[in-house]
Amino acid sequence: MAKVRGAIVVDVEKCKGCGLCVVACPSKVIDLAKEVNGKGYNYAYMANPDACIGCANCAIVCPDTVITVYKVNTEANV
Amino acid sequence: MDVKDIIKEENLVYGKTKLLTDNIMHYCPGCTHGVVHKVLAEVIDEMGIQEKTIGVAPVGCSVLAYNYIDIDWHEAAHGRAPALATAINRLYPDKYVFTYQGDGDLASIGTAEIIHACNRGENIVVIFINNGIYGMTGGQMAPTSILDMPTSTTPYGRKVELNGYPLKITDLIAQLPGTCYVTRQSGHTPAAVRKLKKAITKAFENVGKKKGTSFIEVVSTCNSGWKLSPVKANEWMVEHMFPFYPIGDFKDE
Amino acid sequence: MADYKLMKGNEAIAEAAIRCGCDAYFGYPITPQSEVLETLMARKPWDETGMIVLQAESEVAAINMVYGGAGCGKKVMTSSSSPGISLKQEGISYIAGAELPCLIVNVVRGGPGLGTIQPAQSDYFQSVKGGGHGDYRLIVLAPASVQEMYDFVNLGFELAFKYRNPALILSDGVIGQMMEKVQLGSYKPRLTNEEIVARYGSWATTGKTHDRPRNIITSLDLDPYRQEQFNLKLQKKYREIEEKEVRFEKIACDDAEYLLVAYGSASRICQKAVDLAREKGIKVGLLRPITLFPYPTKAIREMLGQVKGILAVEMSAGQMVEDVRLAVDGKVKVEHFGRMGGVIATPNEVVAALEEKIIKG
Repeated sequence: MAKVRGAIVVDVEKCKGCGLCVVACPSKVIDLAKEVNGKGYNYAYMANPDACIGCANCAIVCPDTVITVYKVNTEANV
Repeated sequence: MDVKDIIKEENLVYGKTKLLTDNIMHYCPGCTHGVVHKVLAEVIDEMGIQEKTIGVAPVGCSVLAYNYIDIDWHEAAHGRAPALATAINRLYPDKYVFTYQGDGDLASIGTAEIIHACNRGENIVVIFINNGIYGMTGGQMAPTSILDMPTSTTPYGRKVELNGYPLKITDLIAQLPGTCYVTRQSGHTPAAVRKLKKAITKAFENVGKKKGTSFIEVVSTCNSGWKLSPVKANEWMVEHMFPFYPIGDFKDE
Repeated sequence: MADYKLMKGNEAIAEAAIRCGCDAYFGYPITPQSEVLETLMARKPWDETGMIVLQAESEVAAINMVYGGAGCGKKVMTSSSSPGISLKQEGISYIAGAELPCLIVNVVRGGPGLGTIQPAQSDYFQSVKGGGHGDYRLIVLAPASVQEMYDFVNLGFELAFKYRNPALILSDGVIGQMMEKVQLGSYKPRLTNEEIVARYGSWATTGKTHDRPRNIITSLDLDPYRQEQFNLKLQKKYREIEEKEVRFEKIACDDAEYLLVAYGSASRICQKAVDLAREKGIKVGLLRPITLFPYPTKAIREMLGQVKGILAVEMSAGQMVEDVRLAVDGKVKVEHFGRMGGVIATPNEVVAALEEKIIKG
C-alpha cells in the first residue's frame, strides 16, 4: 500500500550517535549500528529501509545535519 | 524498489544547507545548539540574506558558532553580545544583525546588556538558548536552573534559600516596549523544529521591516551537563523544564 | 582661513571626532569628562555627518559597542574617566586581542576606587602597562593642551587604523576642563560603506560576499601554539610601533644640567618650573613624552651624557618614573615628585623638589 518510498543517507563519519533520529522516525526505520565510526560513535543507519517514507523527521531533528533524505512517489511510476 | 533507485538527486527532499560549513560541530551528541544552528542557517539561506547578516556569539558553548555558519561573525565577551549588536545595527541599519546567547550569558552576566538593548528596541534578533546550566564550563548552576535541579555547583539541587529563584528572563523581556516579537520555542521534535524555524524566520523578517527587537528563547537540553542521554534529556526537558518554561508566544506585534 | 574657537578640552574631543569623520561615539556619563557626550548630543552630528552618538547603559556596554563597531570597519570611539576606564578594561583587552582600531579617551581623576573628581595622573600603569588581561599594548597619547586634545583624536585614529590597535588619549581633569583657543581643522568626510569594504574588507564584518571567505572578529584560539604565534605577531607589531611612532617634546634642553620629565598637565607646570629654576641659575630642561607607549626611552637615554640628575614629575605616587629609570638604567640619579588625590603641584614645589631630591641629594 505504500505510495511513497523514502531513503536516507547518513554521513557516517559526522554522526555522533545521539539517537534523536531513532525516536523521531515514525516508521522505526533507523537504529544505531553496532559498529562504530572513526570517532567511536555508534552511527545511525537504516535498519528497516523498506519502511522509510521520506518524511525527513530524522533529518530535521538531527543536531549535526548528517542525514540527507530522498523520496519517490511509487504510485506515479505504476 | 531498491534503495539505490531512491537515492538520486531528483528525489532529494532534505539536505544540508550550503550555509552550514563542513566543519564537524564541537557540541556534544544530541546538543540543541546543532539544531538551532541548522535552522538559523536554513533561514538565512532561504531568505537570501547571507551577505547582509552579521552574527554575534559571545562566550559559552556557542562561542565557536563562527566555525559553522558561513556568514560574518563577531565573537563577544561574556554577556556583551547585545552591546556589539547595538553598534553594528546602528552603523549598518540595513544589515540583519543577531546575537546567539546562552542562559548564563544572557540572563546572568549580560543581564544589563540584553535588557537595555531590548528596551532601546535595537532592530536585531536575539536567539537565547536556555538549557538551565553552564555547559562549557562544566555544568554549573545557571540563573535559569530550575528548583531542585542538580548541577555541579548545586549538587543537591537548586535551593531557594541558598541560590534564589530561577529567572524567567523572557517574561521580563516581553514587558519591554522595544521588543516586537517575544517567543519561547524548543527543538526536540520535528514539529518543534518546524515551529522554531517559523519563529526565526519571522524574527529576521521583523528586522527587514525595522520593527524592533525580536527575542526567541529556545528551551534546550544539555545532556552532558544534565548527565542524561540525549533522548532522556529531551524527556527530562519536557517533564521538568516545560512546566516552568511553557512554550508559546509572549508577544507578536 | 583658520577656524579658531575657545573651548574646553572635553568639547575639543567631541568637535574633533565630528570633524575627523568619526562614525560613532558610545559613552556613559562620568565626571570630569561628561562634556564629551553632552557636546556631541548637543551638536547632533547625525544630522551633519551621519555620525552616531549613543549613551550606553554602562561603560562596559559602551566599550563593547566600540568593539562591535570597530569590528565592522567603522571609525568608533568612547571616552570616560578613571573608574569608568577600569570597567572598560575587559572590552579593551578583547579589542586589542582581536586587533581592532578604535579610540578611547581617559580624562583621569584621582583614585583608587571612587577617589575624587579632581585631576590626577594615576592611571599611567593601567594605560601603558596593560590594564586588562593578557599581553597587549595600547598606543597612548598624552595631550598637554586643548589643541592637542583636538589634534590627537585624528592622530589617535590614524595610528589605530595604521596598526589595527586601540589607541588611548590619556588626558586628565585639568586638560579636560580647562578652556583654550583651538584651531579647528576642516571636515574630513566619513568613509562610505563601499570605501570600508575596499579598505578593510579583508577583515571587517561588512557582510560575507561570494568573493571572500567569512570574516570573523575574535580574540579566541584554543590551540596554544597558534595562540603563541599570535602573541608573537602582536609583540612584533608593538616593537614596530616603538621603532616608528615615538613622539616627544624637548624644552630648554640644549644646555640643561638637570632634566624634568613630565607629560600632560604636569608638563605645563614643569614648563613654568623650568623658567623659575633658570631665574635661580639652575640649568634645567624639560622632556615631555607625547606618546607614553611607545615611550621616548631613546630620547631620555640621549640626555644621559649631559644631565646630572632627572626628576620625574607626575600627579601620582610615581608611575612613569619607572620608565624613566628603565631608560636611565642607573646611570644618573632619578627621583620622583608628585602630588596625589586630585592635588596639583605648583611650579615652586617642583623647583623645591628638584633642589631637594636631585641637586642637593
